[in-house]
Amino acid sequence: MRLSLRVALAAASTAMLMLGAAQAQEKVLKIGSEGAYPPFNNLTADGKLEGFDIDIAQALCDEMKVKCEFITQDWDGMIPALKAGKFDAIVASMSITPERLEQVDFSHKYYNTPSAIAVPKDSAIKGVAKEDLAGKTIGVQGSTTHFNFASKNYPDATVKPYPTAQEYQLDIANGRLDAVEDDIVVLTQWLDSPDGACCKILGQPSPQPVEIFGPGAGVAIRKGETDLANKLNAAIDAIRANGKYKEINDKYFKFDVYGSES
Amino acid sequence: MQSAWTLLSWGPEGWLDDIAYGVFITVSLALATLPVGLAIGFLVALAKQSEEASLRLAGNVYTTIFRGLPELLTLFLVFYGAQIGIQKLLQFVSPGATVEVNAFVSGMIALGVVFSSYSSEVFLSAFRAIPRGQYEGGYSIGLSNVQTMRFVILPQLIRIALPGLANLWLILLKDTALVSAIGLSDILRQVGVAARVTKHAFLFFGLAGLIYLALAIISSVGINAIERAVSKQAVRR
Amino acid sequence: MSAVDIVDRPPPPPRGWPRRRVLGYALLALWALLALALVWFLVTAWKPEIFERYAPSYVDGVKVTLLLVAISVAIGAVLSVPIAYARMSNNKVLAAISYAYVYFFRGTPLLAQTFLIYYGLGSFRPALESVGLWVFFREAWYCAIFAFSLNTAAYQAEILRGAIDSVSRGQWEGAAALGLPRWVTLRKIILPQALIVALRPYGNEIILMIKGSAIVAIITVYDLMGVTRLAYARTFDFQTYLWAAIIYLVIVEVLRHGIEWIERRITIHLKR
Repeated sequence: MRLSLRVALAAASTAMLMLGAAQAQEKVLKIGSEGAYPPFNNLTADGKLEGFDIDIAQALCDEMKVKCEFITQDWDGMIPALKAGKFDAIVASMSITPERLEQVDFSHKYYNTPSAIAVPKDSAIKGVAKEDLAGKTIGVQGSTTHFNFASKNYPDATVKPYPTAQEYQLDIANGRLDAVEDDIVVLTQWLDSPDGACCKILGQPSPQPVEIFGPGAGVAIRKGETDLANKLNAAIDAIRANGKYKEINDKYFKFDVYGSES
Repeated sequence: MQSAWTLLSWGPEGWLDDIAYGVFITVSLALATLPVGLAIGFLVALAKQSEEASLRLAGNVYTTIFRGLPELLTLFLVFYGAQIGIQKLLQFVSPGATVEVNAFVSGMIALGVVFSSYSSEVFLSAFRAIPRGQYEGGYSIGLSNVQTMRFVILPQLIRIALPGLANLWLILLKDTALVSAIGLSDILRQVGVAARVTKHAFLFFGLAGLIYLALAIISSVGINAIERAVSKQAVRR
Repeated sequence: MSAVDIVDRPPPPPRGWPRRRVLGYALLALWALLALALVWFLVTAWKPEIFERYAPSYVDGVKVTLLLVAISVAIGAVLSVPIAYARMSNNKVLAAISYAYVYFFRGTPLLAQTFLIYYGLGSFRPALESVGLWVFFREAWYCAIFAFSLNTAAYQAEILRGAIDSVSRGQWEGAAALGLPRWVTLRKIILPQALIVALRPYGNEIILMIKGSAIVAIITVYDLMGVTRLAYARTFDFQTYLWAAIIYLVIVEVLRHGIEWIERRITIHLKR
């Protein structure tokens, strides 16, 4: 039995070492993002995060004078990973919704853009009303406001949730979907690229209820971290005021994505 | 549209360097899991072949649970559950301290646990293939329990268990693909990102299949070499 | 009852508390504690509104999982016969092709195969449309069944081959001496014996498929694991995963015991 004990001890100490190695770190603000939602966040060919969210997050960090580190995390594990402490803030175009506010706190919004519906260019679908999409298959990203909205607004359609936006883009190009619903900026960016040659914007559903979509995208943090929330809000106001926000905005968009002042 | 060769080139334009990194992660995860899985599996096998009924039962509960759960589910249970559990435990000991069970360690634990529940069965049947007389022979020349295990039983056990363990290694290599679901940049995740970004799904997923095949072939060559070495040893003795 | 039986009776189990018994009881206590913690957690975390909202989708998820596995295993069983036949044939080309098939599907992860078939073949839409196959590959559900059937066919072919090999050559020779054709020999003499050997591996294969099918949600087929992930992503309640774990364990254990029961029944004539 002593041999087995030694093996067990060795295994345990290796595990401890690995945990210890994971623990050793300097004080940096770790930021989680998805990297599959261009132009807001995307991965480059060398595996780095880029996009509007990332630039904004970097500007906020500079403003707060903290060192930031970016971590890629799949969308449907984003909030659990935040709560489990794998990072300290989510900057991933996450809408501030009542459902999420039960789990996490949010900064003020840093942008707000409406939702839209895209269809194949040769589609016979006429409009974005409930009746027009009855019996059709709509692709959305799962666990998003768009999924919630599509399920509620189009009860007679089949709503198919995909792990990322890029997968429904592949699938509508392949002809497996009749329509997709997402943020208009994301759809436009995709349709302007060679991959989006298949499809066109059909229109914007209306109304777009604020109880589903929330007031816009904010930075999500763990509950009760009011200090961090205050710093983030101050930083958002500061970059709005000093022109940094506009600089980043103009790098990606031809219009102001911040939406109405509120 | 970029050509396949640009996409598969090395450097910032192509994806080959990222996929190579994925291969590195996959292989190191499998190699890191192996000793954990073997050690736990051996201990569980010892428990299951014990004369003590309570030990046998405890061992059987272990295998029943971890052979019954889908590997993906075990992975999620460890990745989200263990993190929260360890955090809570640690708060008792020293409030304010944080531990991060990262994706690599989670993958290692989950795959190690699954591997061990299967390897314990392989070890167990190997134990059963060794006649009682071998133990008795060991004791009769004055070896202790541990010595008998170390010098008489283990060398034979390894030889008998090797084919079964080799099979488990190949399964482990494939199971590592599941860690892509918790965000570890293994082969499948890297090609998945490449396929989504470039929309060349067939090219990249096909490539992933070929890489896994290559890893399996390399493993088979290695396993054959080990088997030959071990059986040669046996003949010499 | 002979004298030898009495002499060979094993020694009575040791009384008192040897070290291994202490260890055994400690481990059992640990399991019991974990089970209690699980029950306690599920009881305290119980929320009727979550149950009402997600219980129906869990039922659907279980149905999808079971149906997917049942259909794939059945198709795989049919496909495995020609593959196993080719694998054992003397024709070098046939044997090589089937060997490559089996090696590919056993050597790569099911996850990669499913991706390759769903998204990979999706990029060949015009070609598939021109031969009229697109109707089939358009549906995620058919793609899942296609991928899983091809995968399990490879494993089942190996099981079948192993089982047929396990029947001794003498059986073939005996039948040949009686003048039975090969096909009749296989059907009436070899297969009945082989299937007894194959039953347990077949059972394991079904269980492996049930567990393996947990990845199918990545191509938008929402099985038990898929609905669990959706529920977790909306409630962030860890009990969603624990319930899934319990359901999977129950399914697998029921299957395992069912197979053991069948095995006991059909091997009664082999007991001495």
